[in-house]
Amino acid sequence: MSRPRVTKIINCRVLLDHKIVHNAYLWFQDGIIIDPQQHFYDARFEPDEVIDAHGRLVVPGFIDAQINGAFGVDFTTDAQPEVSDETLRENLAKVSKGLLKFGCTAYCPTVVSAEPEIYHRVLPMLRPQPGSVHGAAILGAHIEGPFISHGKRGAHRPHVLSAAPNGIEDLYERYGEELKERSKTQEGQERAVKIITVAPELEGILDVIPELVDKGVIVSIGHSEAKIADAEAGVAQGATFITHLFNAMLAFHHRDPGIIGTLGSTHLPIPSKGQGHPSPSATSPDATQPDPRPFYGLICDGIHAHPNSIKVAYYSHPKGCVLVTDALSAAGLPPGTYPLAGREISVDDSLHAYIKDTTTLAGSVITMDACIRNFVAFTKCTLVEAIEAATLHPAQLLGIVDRKGSLNVGRDADLVFIDDSNGPDQFVVERVFVGGEEVVF
Amino acid sequence: MRLVIRDNSNEVNIWMANYIKERINQFAPTADRPFVLGLPTGSSPVGTYRELVKLHQRGQLSFANVITFNMDEYVGLLRDHPQSYHTFMWNNLFKHVDIPSQNVNILDGNAADLDQECIDYEKKIKAAGGIELFLGGIGPDGHIAFNEPGSSLESRTRVKTLAYETILANARFFDGDIHKVPKLALTVGVATVMEAREVAIIITGAHKAIALAKCIEEGVNHMWTVSAIQTHPKAVCVCDEDATLELHVKTVRYFKSIEKVHHALIGEENLGLQGGVKNIKLKRGNDALDDEEGPGAGLAA
Repeated sequence: MSRPRVTKIINCRVLLDHKIVHNAYLWFQDGIIIDPQQHFYDARFEPDEVIDAHGRLVVPGFIDAQINGAFGVDFTTDAQPEVSDETLRENLAKVSKGLLKFGCTAYCPTVVSAEPEIYHRVLPMLRPQPGSVHGAAILGAHIEGPFISHGKRGAHRPHVLSAAPNGIEDLYERYGEELKERSKTQEGQERAVKIITVAPELEGILDVIPELVDKGVIVSIGHSEAKIADAEAGVAQGATFITHLFNAMLAFHHRDPGIIGTLGSTHLPIPSKGQGHPSPSATSPDATQPDPRPFYGLICDGIHAHPNSIKVAYYSHPKGCVLVTDALSAAGLPPGTYPLAGREISVDDSLHAYIKDTTTLAGSVITMDACIRNFVAFTKCTLVEAIEAATLHPAQLLGIVDRKGSLNVGRDADLVFIDDSNGPDQFVVERVFVGGEEVVF
Repeated sequence: MRLVIRDNSNEVNIWMANYIKERINQFAPTADRPFVLGLPTGSSPVGTYRELVKLHQRGQLSFANVITFNMDEYVGLLRDHPQSYHTFMWNNLFKHVDIPSQNVNILDGNAADLDQECIDYEKKIKAAGGIELFLGGIGPDGHIAFNEPGSSLESRTRVKTLAYETILANARFFDGDIHKVPKLALTVGVATVMEAREVAIIITGAHKAIALAKCIEEGVNHMWTVSAIQTHPKAVCVCDEDATLELHVKTVRYFKSIEKVHHALIGEENLGLQGGVKNIKLKRGNDALDDEEGPGAGLAA
């Protein structure tokens, strides 16, 4: 009986347990990181393949919790009935594949505010799928809208927006079966709905939040005009994420800091278990308990938020920071005009993406590795912290730390070799592995 | 017995690692005639292992045909426990070098029949052809392996109850809770170590000074079990200046002067690795001595 191949990486530094370990080795078999000591004394085998990392730093694959599309593909536009299933799948695969070279090995395809038909059609196509050398893993969909505030809709189309006067029924009607049913499909697939962005001040939403949490959905606050009271109420009801902090929400006001102000909360209810919540830090209300404040997404392109704002947010709540790209179909392509859910977005030479002929920012064209580099430059944090904001923290948010987000034994062997010889803010992604197989670019 | 004194523990580690490297390379082991090495655990050899790993990484030393036998292991501790000696050896040596896992021998502290495990271990050593070089450290109470004061100098591999002092000393690795420290260990005996064709002991630090003095300046005594090396035909101790603090000045000067004689008057190129002198012409024009190479026939015997 032949056993699955064992691969050993030598001559590397490894990001492990919040530190960079020198003189380390990484072993994996069957796409999973294994404990070589046990195998050495037990199974007594030698590795089938030894990969020399030439001193590179090995980190977990990056996880993007908010991305609307890339390489000309927009997930919401593709959801229209005119687009065939085959084309939709091809486009999804195109994005999954294209993201790999930026070190992103898992992501949540994001669908913005749209009509019911769009969701009914596209959500079943966005069910979680494992990654491979052909493409990053899909972790489920991030549904951004339509239960969001009109005044903070950003690039979303106004006429599809709605409150939830009938509570969860409104959400079932809008999103369809994929939300209503939470058990696995007949083929054993997990349901697609992973994150839903809502505005807590809208009618019915605060009551809906705990029901969504019960169904295993991660509730995110965003595209909202909530004041601090409603924002904290949303978190108290179970919201654990803030969609792109600073964008599509009220600006920070010193007497009513709004959604941004939840980073300064000290009286939110402490969660009973740590899963899905940030680890405690020096700024947590209680240093021995999980942090009751939510995770928060940051689009770190220097355009959506001023670098100083990023730094202020980070140091007020370091363990909650989740870097996202919120990338558009334009990402990965030269400046021009590209679709986003039925609108046209123009990307100029300075890589700002606006709704065509306006100054309303749409998504971004940044890539995950660039986000991390910017983050180091803006906050002067360590490379370990920056990478954790793109790996460990999103994995904690999504409740998948047992499989992704770190290089501990038992996790998927999604690895990125980076060359940080020119400094942490100039690192380069050199090699990418998904499930232990190297991606060929 | 040779005593090599170096300035600090770093130099001790480098010397010892180099010595082991030279011994193995000059032995030129093959699959049919492997080099059998006895290995210790503890704070003393950590630096030596680090230097050995460096030598391996520079391509100067391969463990492909080296068979190892460790001295000891706790009883009842899971093999993957962070404080087990299996874990120690993996992290400090085995994971960094090219030793095949079937060449590694460590006592199994979770064997169903501990006595049989010990008997089998002795058999394995014999089957491998006996130990060519046994590396060891020394406890503050002069013990080698877990052969605590009072252990018979003729002892073989067996189950030992740990001395209270040892348990106290080890508590720091078990959250400071002495109840968590294993009370029993399997250990090679004093005679098992002495049966090796060569014994090399690392002694660094002022806290080992009394033990070193007792072991080499006083009699062979079961209260200081390392003293058994006095009767070994080929033993070498390497220590740092701090470890010599309790030795007589006369002793320290003697061993240092021997090294000086070696290097200044005889020349390194005329010295065998283990102190034997070969085909020398004395540098100061004295009558040349005849060939005189042989095990332990060196000037320091």
